[in-house]
Amino acid sequence: MRGGRLELQGLRRTFGGVVATDDVSLNFAAGTLSAIIGPNGAGKTTLFHLISGKIKPTAGRVLLDGADITNLDRQDIVRRGVGRAFQVANLFPSFTVAESLVAAMLTHEGRTASLFRAFPPPDVAARADEVMELCGLSSLANITAKHLSHGDQKLLDIALALALDPKVLLLDEPTAGMGPEERWRMIERVHRLWEARRMTLIFIEHDMDIVFRIAETVRVLRYGAVLAQGTPEEVRRNPAVIEAYLGSEHALEGDVA
Amino acid sequence: MRTALSWRGDVLVAALAFLALAVPAFLLGLPSVLDFVVRFAIFGLLAMSLNLLIGTTGLVSFGHAAFFGSGAYAFGLLMQSGGWSIPAAILAAMVMTALLALAIGALCVRLSEIYFAFLTLAFQMLIHSVVISWVSLTGGDQGLMGGIPKPPFLGIDLGNQGHLALFSLFCLLASVVALRQIVRSPFGAALRMLRDNPERAAFLGLSIFRYRLAAFVIAGTFAGLSGVLMSLYVSGAFPTFLYWTTSGEAIFMIMLGGITVFLGPLAGAAIFLVLNDRITNITEHHGLVMGTILLLLVLGLRKGLLDFVVDAWRERRERRA
Repeated sequence: MRGGRLELQGLRRTFGGVVATDDVSLNFAAGTLSAIIGPNGAGKTTLFHLISGKIKPTAGRVLLDGADITNLDRQDIVRRGVGRAFQVANLFPSFTVAESLVAAMLTHEGRTASLFRAFPPPDVAARADEVMELCGLSSLANITAKHLSHGDQKLLDIALALALDPKVLLLDEPTAGMGPEERWRMIERVHRLWEARRMTLIFIEHDMDIVFRIAETVRVLRYGAVLAQGTPEEVRRNPAVIEAYLGSEHALEGDVA
Repeated sequence: MRTALSWRGDVLVAALAFLALAVPAFLLGLPSVLDFVVRFAIFGLLAMSLNLLIGTTGLVSFGHAAFFGSGAYAFGLLMQSGGWSIPAAILAAMVMTALLALAIGALCVRLSEIYFAFLTLAFQMLIHSVVISWVSLTGGDQGLMGGIPKPPFLGIDLGNQGHLALFSLFCLLASVVALRQIVRSPFGAALRMLRDNPERAAFLGLSIFRYRLAAFVIAGTFAGLSGVLMSLYVSGAFPTFLYWTTSGEAIFMIMLGGITVFLGPLAGAAIFLVLNDRITNITEHHGLVMGTILLLLVLGLRKGLLDFVVDAWRERRERRA
């Protein structure tokens, strides 16, 4: 499945008096790779919750390829092609890597009602192999999820989302809790996944070096609202972003390429 | 999972187990051995069916004996009413139990963990009270008296202890093969997903309610079958069948044998029955002794016996590799 076009129109969500998402309108063109950055509490994860239907917006719409998916329930949104991986790996601890992927695919395709077949069915197992190959998990196929390293658990979490062949993939801090080297390996893997599948990939990330290296476009949130967006260079030059978030470390002066 | 046999293999293993258990039991021909086989089949099946909820789906039901009792009463009443053959009455009792499980399950499985456990317990006590007070139908405190007619079918005479032992063993093994197939099917994988991480399973598109309910009904139906065997065994049905202590004993068996190993509850049932027989011979305070054993097991091994054995074996193999 190729990438889908994701449009957010005037998304707003309040919790009591607190505005977590404040009139966010963003477009993600099909097949693009974008990063969402912003200080803690800027509403990045909330935005993912709104897109994936975990929480409903107070106002505004989410469109996938022009179709309104705002008020669908979570499962329907997943079925329409919006996949998501979690900040803290959210797995099935007693399943092996291969079983996890097969189970995810069967569930997604509504094929879990069968009592008389064997698990895993061979055709699905073959597709799970492909996903493992793509994610570099093949050598861990028969390891139980709870015995995986932290990094591999995050990778499996992404693989689970990927197993559903999403048009739009949301990755909430794919490198959270990893050491510097592991981070780069992870993000290179994510980049390769994106190149192989060309889904619309949106990730939340704190490490600015990573963001500015791989993202095509960067959206900056602050206090739940969009502060700036553009190419990495444009964002790094943006005075509002520098002041609010980046500080001088990652800022680009006007004359630097 | 990879090396597991297909269900045809299971049938073969079950057939061999049948021979391995039945032949010595008959060669010995001791009534006490045949008696043990029947009770093992009854409680083994009860514990196995409950473990579909506890071990596979992650739902701890304290009310499982409700379905054990309903199977026993339904079967007993049908047979006493006359005009029913044993196989037809067994099927009807299982269907009635399934419907009861469907109704109770629909209300219970929406809740999780402790609330689910309490609600199942509450329904069981409710049914227990109904059985006690509906004297005209159930005989109340006295239970279903007057014996249960056992007209022979297909040359099987369940009034004969040997036939009953073989028949019970057959029901147990057939159910175990069916349960194993269920656990290892895509449906079983869905149940295990619900046990491991219901939130994520729902996010992938699994209906928590429907799958939990299906597991509840299947487990209840098999418990109903074990209740049928129980009423054949004692030739009656009694309110203690659906008292909470019966559910407690089934949970005890599962904890003894092990939750994570498929046949754990079966081992647990065998250990429980042997211990119970031995201890009741020695002392009146058998509850105290059984409780102490459970305590030691929980505090010492922190898992059931088969769990412990299988884990130890796996570790040893991994160390060698």
